[in-house]
Amino acid sequence: MAEPCACGGKTMLVFPCSGAADVGELADRAARLLSKETCVKISCLAGVGGNISGFIASANGADLVIAIDGCPVGCAKKTLETHGVKKFKHLKVTDCGFEKGKTPVTERNITKVFKHAKELI
Amino acid sequence: MKKKIQILGMGCPKCNKLYAAAEAAAKELGIEYEMEKINDINKITDMGVMMTPALAINDEVKFAAKIPSIEDLKKIISEAK
Repeated sequence: MAEPCACGGKTMLVFPCSGAADVGELADRAARLLSKETCVKISCLAGVGGNISGFIASANGADLVIAIDGCPVGCAKKTLETHGVKKFKHLKVTDCGFEKGKTPVTERNITKVFKHAKELI
Repeated sequence: MKKKIQILGMGCPKCNKLYAAAEAAAKELGIEYEMEKINDINKITDMGVMMTPALAINDEVKFAAKIPSIEDLKKIISEAK
């Protein structure tokens, strides 16, 4: 029997900012849910920022990359751009109706961000 | 300096195709090289690679999820440190 391989199918990655603020946590939790519920795989923005070649090569090789930022500072977007990842879709949690510092990280709010991210697939 | 050309993948046809193409490119360049297959999924993910096949030279990942032409591979291999 052939070994399972990651080569088949469309490759899609999501990079959440995973920032310290409540909206950063929402970005992270929504990305994890996206990775669990869809074919999009969560990847490490810190790996890109840390200049780990495999993470950068994977982002550049993916068919679809989604960056989820908690707030308009846009760390995920800027990190990808700084490391030469040019093609990606961008979602800001604050564009989903949430306010930084005033957003409880609840299942309902995670699901709301998840639904916005899912629309980008 | 001998270049270590590493093919990351779990052994599917695409991974094997990349291995053959990379070796052909290295031969055409006439450089000193060694080929290495990395098919341990833990090692692949430890290198940050989320999709295979991927190619690394001396542990530096150059690309993932594609099979470039021989000419492009020659360029990637010759430019790698």
